[in-house]
Order: sequence, then C-alpha cells, then structure tokens
Amino acid sequence: MATAWFCFLALMVALYVVLDGFDLGVGALHLLLARDGEEREQATAAIGPVWNGNEVWLIAGGGVLFLAFPRAYAAAFSGIYFGLIIVLWLLVGRGLALELRHQLDHPLWRGACDTVFCLSSAALALVFGVALGNVVRGVPLDAAGYFSLSLFHILNWYALLIGAFGVVVLACHGAAFLAFRAEGPLAGRARRATRILWWPQALLFVALIGPTYAVRHAMLDKLIDHPWTLVFPAVAVGALVSQPLLARAGRWLAAFLASGLFIVGLLTTMAAGLYPSVLPARQHRPHGLTVDNAAAGHHALLTALVWWPLGMALAAGYFFFAYRMFFASARRSALEGS
Amino acid sequence: MSSHVLVDRLQFAFTVTFHYLFPILTMGLAIFIAYLKTVSYLGREDRRFALLRRTAVEREDHEAAARFWAKIFAVNFAVGVVTGIPMEFQFGTNWASFSNYAGGVIGQTLAMEGVFAFFAESVFLGIFLAGRDRVSARVHWLSSLLVFAGSWLSGFFIIATDAWMQHPVAWDHGPHGQAQLNSFWGLLTNRWVGWQYAHNMSGAAITGAFVLAAMGALFLLTGRHERFARLSVRVGVVGALIFCALQIYPTGDRSAHNVAQMQPSAFAAMEGLFPTAKGAPLVIIGNPDTQARRLDSSLALPDFLSFLTSRNWNERLTGLNQIPTNQWPDSVPLVYYAYHIMVGLGTILALIAGLAVFLLWRGRLYRSRPMLWALMLAFPFTYIANIAGWTTAEAGRQPWVIYGLLHTRDAASPASSVPAGTGIFTLLGFCGLYLFVGILFLALMLRIVNQGPDDGALPTSPAAAAAGGG
Ligand code: HDD
Ligand code: HEM
Ligand code: HEM
Repeated sequence: MATAWFCFLALMVALYVVLDGFDLGVGALHLLLARDGEEREQATAAIGPVWNGNEVWLIAGGGVLFLAFPRAYAAAFSGIYFGLIIVLWLLVGRGLALELRHQLDHPLWRGACDTVFCLSSAALALVFGVALGNVVRGVPLDAAGYFSLSLFHILNWYALLIGAFGVVVLACHGAAFLAFRAEGPLAGRARRATRILWWPQALLFVALIGPTYAVRHAMLDKLIDHPWTLVFPAVAVGALVSQPLLARAGRWLAAFLASGLFIVGLLTTMAAGLYPSVLPARQHRPHGLTVDNAAAGHHALLTALVWWPLGMALAAGYFFFAYRMFFASARRSALEGS
Repeated sequence: MSSHVLVDRLQFAFTVTFHYLFPILTMGLAIFIAYLKTVSYLGREDRRFALLRRTAVEREDHEAAARFWAKIFAVNFAVGVVTGIPMEFQFGTNWASFSNYAGGVIGQTLAMEGVFAFFAESVFLGIFLAGRDRVSARVHWLSSLLVFAGSWLSGFFIIATDAWMQHPVAWDHGPHGQAQLNSFWGLLTNRWVGWQYAHNMSGAAITGAFVLAAMGALFLLTGRHERFARLSVRVGVVGALIFCALQIYPTGDRSAHNVAQMQPSAFAAMEGLFPTAKGAPLVIIGNPDTQARRLDSSLALPDFLSFLTSRNWNERLTGLNQIPTNQWPDSVPLVYYAYHIMVGLGTILALIAGLAVFLLWRGRLYRSRPMLWALMLAFPFTYIANIAGWTTAEAGRQPWVIYGLLHTRDAASPASSVPAGTGIFTLLGFCGLYLFVGILFLALMLRIVNQGPDDGALPTSPAAAAAGGG
C-alpha cells in the first residue's frame, strides 16, 4: 500500500510541475518576450485565473508527503531548511506580484511587480531543479533519520546542473503555453522561443545521463532490471522529439501538451529509478528512507486511500470546468477582436 | 528550554498569527458575500416566500455590494494564500520531530484541507472574480457559495488538526514510537472539534460583520455612497449581533467547559485560579502573581466561576497550587490576560452590536453619529479578540505541543539541522517580508475604500482584467 502512495506522490509532483511549470516558465520569460505594457498584460492575464489553482498542487503534494511518509517530510524539510525557506519567500513574492500588479495602474508599480514576478519565477524553477537534483544524488541521512545540508552544500555541481535543466525545461514549457494561448507579436516571439529553447533542452537531456549515472548507478540498473519501466523514458523521448514536429505543423496546443508529457516522462522516470526510496541516502550509504521505513501507519494509509481519490476526482472536475471556461472565453474574445 | 526551540516557537507564533489575520476576514466576508449574492440571485419579486422577495432596485444594490466586497476579499485572499504556504511547510522545517511523531495522524487532516478545501476555493474564486459578464448569473452565484464552503471547510480541517493537538484521540503507538491513527472517524469527531470550530468560525464571522458595518459607517459619516453604506451597516450590525450572541453562548461557554474538563492547568491559568476552591470566584479585573501564587483581584464575583463551568454554585475547581509547576503553562499571565482580553472584548462587542440593532429597529441608526463612530472604530478589536483567543488556546496548552503526549521542547527540528542562528536569520527575514506585505496590504485597502463601490472599472484581479481587457 505504501507503494500506491509512492505512485500518488509521484503523480502529484508531476502534475504540479506540469501545471505550475507553465506559470513559472511564462513568468521567467515574460520580460524577454513581452515588449510593452499591453503584451505583459496579455501574458499575465493568460495565467492570472489559473496560477493559484495550479499552486494548490504543491500544497496538496506537500500534504500527501506529510500524510503518507511523515519521516521523509520531517527529514527533507528540516535538512534543507535554508533552501526551503528561500523557496517560501520566493513563493510569497511571486504570488503577490502577480495578484497585486493590477491593483495600481502606474508604470513604476507594474514594472516592479513584473520584475519581481520574473526573477522569482526563474529562481523557483532553478531551486526546484536543485531540490530534485539533491534527491537523486541522495542526502547525508544519519541513523536518527535526519540530515543537514548548508546552502553551500545544497548547491553542489550535480544539483546545479539539474537546476539549469529545470530552468530551460520550464521556460520552454512556458513558451509553448504562450505559443498557443497568446496572440499577435507576442505569440510569434513565444513560438520562436520554443524553437530556440528546444535545443538546449534536448542537449542537456542527453548530457545529463552520464552525470546521473555517476551519482546513482542504481537508478539506471533499476530501469534496466524492470524493463517495463522503460516506458517512462520512452514517453519523455517521444514527447521531446514530437515537439518540433508539432510546432512545424502549427499545432500549438498539441506541442504544449507534448511539452507537458515530456515533463511527466522525466519525473516518472526519476520516480521509477528511485523506488523504493522516498528520500535516498548518498550512494552506498545506509539510513535511506524508503516506502517501508518512512510510511505512516496502516489505518492512516488505508482510509486516505478512500477519500484521496475522491478528492482528486473532484479537483480534476473543477480544473476541467475552469480551464474549459477560460480557454473558451479567450477564443471568443480573440474572435471578437479580429 | 534551549534557544533553538525558543526561536522556532517565536517564528511559528509570528508567522501563524500574521497568516491568521487574513483568513479571519476571508472566512468572515465569505459568508456575507454569499448572503448578498443569494439575495440578489434568488430574491425575485414573484417569490412565494416574503423573506426572499426583493425589489429590482434592492437586488441591484445587493449585487453591487457583493461586487465591492469581492474586491476587498480578493486582495485579502491573495495575502492569506501567500502567507499560508509557509505555514504548511513550517511543520517540516521547524518542527521536524513533531512532524515525525504526529504526521501519521494530522497528515490526514492537513492533506484533506488541500484536497477538499483549497482546490475548490481557489478554482471557484477565480471564476467568481472573473465576473458576471463571463459566466451566467447562476454559475456566478454558485461559485460565491462554493468559495464560502471552501473557506469554511479549510477552517474545519485546520481546527480538526489543532483540536487533536489540544486533545489527542484515535491514536496508538507505531513501530518507531510515533503516534499512528487508529480511527479516522474518531479523528474527525474528536469531542474538542465541534465547539472549537463553531466558536472560531463565529469569531471570524464577527470580524466580517464588523468590517461591513465599519465601512458603511465610514461612508455614512462622510456622506458618500448612501445606499451602499446603509445596506452594509444593516447587514453588518444584524450579523454582528447574531454571531456575538453565538460567540458567548453556546460556543464560548461550551469551549470553556471543555478546557475545564480536559486541560485543568490551562483552565486554572485562564481564570487566574490559584487555590483549589469550592465555589470559585469569577475574576473580572485582577492581576496574577505567580511568585506569591495568588491573584491580586480588585473585582470578582463570588461562586460565579463554579456556576458557569458546571451549573453548580459549589463545584470544586482545581487551582494552580494543586498542580506541579512543571505542568503549568509557561506563562500564566499571558494565558490569563489573553483570555480576559478575549472575553472582555467579546462582551463589549456584543453590547455595541445590541445597541446598534436596537437603533436600527427604532429607525435611528443611520443618523446616530456616536453609534456610527463606535461601529467604525470597533472592527480592529474583533481581530484582537480572535488573536487573543488563539493565544489563550495555544499558550494554555503549554508545556505540551500535543497535550499530554509530546512536550514542545522535544518537538522542534534537531539543533544540528536548524541551529538557533539560522532560525534567527529566517525569523528576521519573515519579519521584514511581512512588514512589507502588511504595509502594501493596508495601502491597497485604503485605495479600494477610497474608490468606493461606484467605480466598477477597477479590475480586482488578473482574471477580471482578462475579462475586461482581453
Ligand atoms: C471575535 C473573537 C472572539 C470573541 C469575542 C470570543 N472568543 Fe473565545 N476564542 C476565539 C475568538 C473569540 C477564537 C480565536 O476563535 C478561539 C481561539 C481558539 C479557537 O478555536 O477559538 C477562542 C477560544 C476560546 C476558548 C478556548 C481556549 C482554549 O482552547 O484553551 C474559550 C474557553 C473561549 N474562547 C471562551 C470565550 C468566551 C467565554 C467568550 C465570551 C465573550 C469568548 N470566548 C469570546
Ligand atoms: C486556525 C488557523 C487557520 C485557519 C482558520 C486557516 C484558514 C485558511 C483559509 C480560510 C485559507 C484560504 C485563503 C485565505 O487565507 O484567504 C488559508 C490559506 C492557507 N492556509 Fe491557513 N489557516 C489557519 C492556519 C493555518 C495553518 C496553521 C496552516 C499550516 C498548515 C495553514 C495553511 C494554509 C495554506 C497552505 C493556505 C494557502 C491555501 C491556498 O492556496 O488556497 N493555515 N488558511
Ligand atoms: C491561526 C491561529 C493560530 C494562532 C494565532 C496560533 C498562535 C500560536 C502561538 C502564539 C504559539 C506559541 C505558544 C507559545 O510558545 O507559548 C503557537 C504555537 C504553536 N501552534 Fe499555534 N496558533 C494558531 C493555530 C494553530 C494551528 C491551527 C495549529 C496546528 C495545526 C497550530 C500549531 C502550533 C504549533 C505546532 C506550535 C509550536 C509549538 C509551541 O510553541 O507551542 N497552531 N501558536
């Protein structure tokens, strides 16, 4: 049963990154892509109604980790204390900048909000990548199940590489979103950005295989021992390859979905490679936290197995409804405008 | 207590108090916005029930008022959300031992809050703020109801979490010595939850009501937006009276009863009761002296406390002198004063609300300047009462973080992971950030108030801007 919760956790993380990922990507790019006030308005309005809902996936994901693997929740968040608090501050700044920029119609205010929004989005993409990099690399857990990484050690070479990859992937994802959602010159620039960013994304993807093998052989061995898990990397590769093809055909919605699928493929590959570890120790060290020794009690996991899917189905329903509404009305206003 | 635990406590107390300032108004306004929308949507003149019938003009007034309050709500909600996210993660960052110990139980309610409440709230608020021109009147009305339901549901789950820490039930020992859940139903129906939830939500509704009344009073006193002002004052004072009454009885009374039964040390500290007494007095004004172990009291009603807690004038109540000092709350005066501030303000607010409703009934409220002044100035005290209430509950529970199970001193993250110095740094960071956020919030509020309800052009959110300009 703990395994089921491991899968749910991976699902939550993947959904969070796909959904909030395009908000972050739009944020990181919009100072570059949107040239004047009106275009920035367009970019932020495109994510305005949905970003808060997207971010709830992070909160709910944190909730699932707390619920199912309390030991891992306690160890991870206290261990990278400083890094996490910085994430929290960035989230505060980003949320406020996005929500409050419309409150005052003054170029100085808008400029300040846009800058905070842009920088915090880019920094968050980097930090989330760094966090995942540290999980893959493993953390120095002690026998009591805690560890401590100073800011300097959080930013090790491997994690920084993954962080850079994270920024590129999310920027590309955000550009793909704008490519199909925006109009006019903004859309044109976003489309060009997806084509340009695709190259570093693909290059880093290939280049990171080696270092990942170096920090954790077990990951690749695991995938090869259980050949069915190779579907996950296959999905990632397939999605990556299809992105420029779909873009060339002008099917921007499909290209955006492919970009989301690429992220899902990456994260599920990582999850499959790490299983059964929830929070691995460094390579060849004991004390890693696994689905067995970090899981909550039986009754807790069992009852949550009843209400959790119900809640997720409801949430999926709301999201479907809201997205359909916002996208339909965007199309309507686009038609009226032209 | 080692210094890193102290820092963790200060940081948690500061950030949660700051966070809670915003949900108070979110939850308090949500119920009134839902009411205004319901009247506007359902109140057609051909209704069978006289209670629902409204003229077209009245309905339009309710709709306009709902639109104005939604602007305030949107900014308040945004700040509530961004200050709430650090709370969710601070259990892991600063209270790792606590999370490790209790996550198997309270992880349930915290995760349910995200899954059942926050999704609904955030999605439907997006729809609600997008405005009536983008969705049908019916969907707009339903989304106001769902925002209300979502915010009150999130209140429930967080209270259920806190109630378990006040009165742990439905658990047994897990293999590594942590607490693990043995009855999900038992967790949700903890006998501490019901009254705490009712009392807390009613406290939030009091804030909502007084904010409504204060805004109306301000506009009446300055002679602006007459129709909007009258409606807000009217709805505000009636709501205030209803919820003030509920606050005292039954919810306050029953909460006190629970504390007296299940946390005798907290209760004795709240009441400043040192000697165990039959027919204990109710202290109105007094000053607890923990050195001399007595209360310097200048005003007390003999035997009243015994009567209030048990309906028996002679009931024997345990005093602090009978409890070992290491089980006293860390700061008896804090608990005592916080409690007396809450109860004192509760009484005063109830009197103000009662008088205002009386004047409304006599048709004199809108012209009574002293009463309008009182209403305009009263609303900050509802915030103070709410925070004082939480301070009573949380400081009264000390030295336990989970009553009877886990001491606060054993609950923090290990000093090796989060040393005191790091904690001080992040605490200062939160102070600076929140100071800035607070000032920004106040400035934006003043601006919205200044613009008043007539200016429909102000976009309240990116969503509304998209509707207007996209
Ligand atoms: C507007 C706010 C407000 C007002 C006017 C009152 N309260 Fe209150 N009270 C709260 C807001 C609050 C609160 C913030 O909602 C608390 C804190 C924890 C909780 O769940 O509710 C609370 C807790 C709380 C507790 C529990 C303390 C604990 O758990 O240790 C008791 C016994 C009372 N209240 C009693 C009263 C009484 C007898 C009042 C009579 C006037 C009263 N309160 C007015
Ligand atoms: C009694 C205390 C609390 C109550 C009643 C409460 C209630 C609420 C409400 C109604 C919201 C909705 C947004 C808003 O504030 O406007 C909210 C936001 C939030 N609260 Fe609190 N909260 C409390 C304390 C806490 C604590 C202790 C935590 C930590 C677990 C927490 C976590 C959050 C989070 C993560 C959000 C953001 C949700 C979103 O994105 O919609 N809250 N809270
Ligand atoms: C929003 C209303 C709340 C306020 C204003 C509040 C206030 C406080 C205060 C003042 C303290 C410090 C007490 C002391 O050190 O003497 C504290 C501690 C704490 N509270 Fe709350 N609290 C609130 C809600 C909650 C909720 C809903 C939870 C749990 C879900 C919670 C969990 C804790 C924890 C874990 C501590 C740290 C341990 C401690 O110092 O006691 N609080 N809170």
